[in-house]
Amino acid sequence: MADQSVTVDTDPLAAPVITGDDALEGTLVTVGGGDWDEVVDTARLGEERIVVNMGPQHPSTHGVLRLVLEIEGETVTEARAGVGYLHTGIEKNMEFRSWVQGVTFCTRMDYLSPSFNETVYCRGVERLLGIEVPRRADVIRVLLMELSRIGSHTVALATGGMELGSTTVMMDGLRERDKVLRMMEEITGLRMNQGFIRPGGVAQDVPASTLNRLDDMVTSLRHGIRELELLLNENPTVRARLVGTGYLNLAGCMALGITGPVTRSAGLPLDLRRDDPYCGYSDYDFEVCTRTDADNYSRMRIRLDEMFESLKIIKQATARLRKEPGPVMVDDKKIGWPAQLALGGDGLGNSLEHIKHIMGESMEALIHHFKLVTEGFRVPAGQVYTAVESPRGELGCHLVSDGGTRPYRAHFRDPSFNNLQAVSAMCEGAQIADVVANVASIDPVMGGVDR
Amino acid sequence: MTDQPSVPAAVPGAAAPATATPTTPTVIAAGSGMFGASDGGDTSGYSGLQRVTTLPGAGTRPYGGYFDAVADALQESLTEAGFGADDPDGPIEKVVIDRGEMTLTVRRAHLVEVCRRLRDEPDLRFELSMGVSGVHLPHDTGRELHAVYHLRSVTHSRRLRLEVTCPDADPHIPSTVAVYPAHDWHERETWDFFGIIFDGHPALTRIEMPDDWPGHPQRKDYPLGGIPVEYKGATVPPPDERRAYS
Repeated sequence: MADQSVTVDTDPLAAPVITGDDALEGTLVTVGGGDWDEVVDTARLGEERIVVNMGPQHPSTHGVLRLVLEIEGETVTEARAGVGYLHTGIEKNMEFRSWVQGVTFCTRMDYLSPSFNETVYCRGVERLLGIEVPRRADVIRVLLMELSRIGSHTVALATGGMELGSTTVMMDGLRERDKVLRMMEEITGLRMNQGFIRPGGVAQDVPASTLNRLDDMVTSLRHGIRELELLLNENPTVRARLVGTGYLNLAGCMALGITGPVTRSAGLPLDLRRDDPYCGYSDYDFEVCTRTDADNYSRMRIRLDEMFESLKIIKQATARLRKEPGPVMVDDKKIGWPAQLALGGDGLGNSLEHIKHIMGESMEALIHHFKLVTEGFRVPAGQVYTAVESPRGELGCHLVSDGGTRPYRAHFRDPSFNNLQAVSAMCEGAQIADVVANVASIDPVMGGVDR
Repeated sequence: MTDQPSVPAAVPGAAAPATATPTTPTVIAAGSGMFGASDGGDTSGYSGLQRVTTLPGAGTRPYGGYFDAVADALQESLTEAGFGADDPDGPIEKVVIDRGEMTLTVRRAHLVEVCRRLRDEPDLRFELSMGVSGVHLPHDTGRELHAVYHLRSVTHSRRLRLEVTCPDADPHIPSTVAVYPAHDWHERETWDFFGIIFDGHPALTRIEMPDDWPGHPQRKDYPLGGIPVEYKGATVPPPDERRAYS
């Protein structure tokens, strides 16, 4: 029977300390704050192994990620990630809503890159339907996705900086992100979870006045990101924490199915925008950023570089939107969402023109509107897998249709979910302080991991 | 289709494909009536309507694109291993080409062998796997549970989908973690949501649901339950028991 005095339990709310015969193995020490030295003395380092449960409620775990670390001194000997704390059953929910309503659900998965979730899902529905969206809709999608990528990367750097202890990086990063969110709000009406990209196109056109403000934002964003770069790139503290840590080479990436900045930091220019262009990405001029050191620092630099590439794409997309007017939703009245939105005195709603048309002029238009909104369209039976390059890697969507008005099965291959498997490979054998930096360099978004 | 009584056998021409030939399309839904209501109330005049939904069946040569090259290279590799092209119990059950995507239905006993060859053969090199996804098709008698693997070849810029089926009564599929370590979490997820047991997985535990959760929530027969909402004696049924269009 272990001596009761060897346990430390300073937190009155902590779970009771179990010792002796009731403990599974050795002595369990519950730590709820206090001095670490005391804990080490109490746990009598040496032969004992210490298992540290980091998270799920921990400010440096990037959300509700639980890390189970086995440590020996300051060295991590085993690292495991536990997920599932944010599981909301989005995939199951989508099976009971129409195909169009599915957008509302899937946009909430990876909440930092909503445009990617919407695009990959809509492209799946469109391939099942066998339709092509209008060119302008594709350009707007590209515009939104690249804006979203910048928004996501700035958060990755901001939270990563905060987790390393730098609140300046966090404030600067979030300041830049807010510019992106304001622009998102101007284009779609919402800062996050927009549900703007719909099967068949997008909900609304982008007006010319917005494009002018978009130009201003690009300039301001370029300065802001440059400032972040100046703050981070040669910062001795950042370099000390990031250079050479979190190493994962290309073989490791391939075996673990890792995509995105982590794989590109290992030297492989793996980018779906180049390898398997979608939404007309082959028409844009941009570079796929790679580095070869395969460490946390290269991943940070890749994220910074990619934001400049995204700005390049945004400029080209804006120019295209100015030059080529056109529809933003498929012409097929059996699929395209019928409502035409307009800004009235009481906010955004169905345009009076449209109301007049369906209520006063065309019985068929009214029937179409009613059937599409209540029942939705039917999608021929089959299955597809579509993928887009999200800020974290390949975001895939496996859709199965049984010919009905609702998805029979919608599965999302979220890059965060897959990439978190690399935590063990990156952290084992490293210092415990590096764990935080390694997780930040993977940049998991738990909403996407757990769906 | 979820509010259908499970009577696919009553539908003419929709015989259960228990001894399916490769060209038999997979029956995934059988519905009747206009709205799928089984308790009367369908006054549309279409209550006698019978509908059978099938997934696309096996394709015929030439498949087009890179699909022929993939099929040939895989067959050549499997022939080396002693499997003939027309072997009734061979690894490849059928090849489906649909919407520009290729799906190989693989017999589960040979899954690991097929995966290893797809990964290692220089002409195939599907070195990146995008994970495992499950589908539950209660009407596909004898093969209710499907595990779907999305493979990607970086070398050749190709994609391929593998589909493996197992019956509800014997939900076992060999684990592919040894070939694609990335499948570790994906197989755990598929076990968690569908109850497919991946034999040989290093630690097949739940990943999204709590450890003590009963049942597998993504299955079509998983009761949604819901919270009873009463209004003047009426109760709102959970979504899977409501009358719906499909």
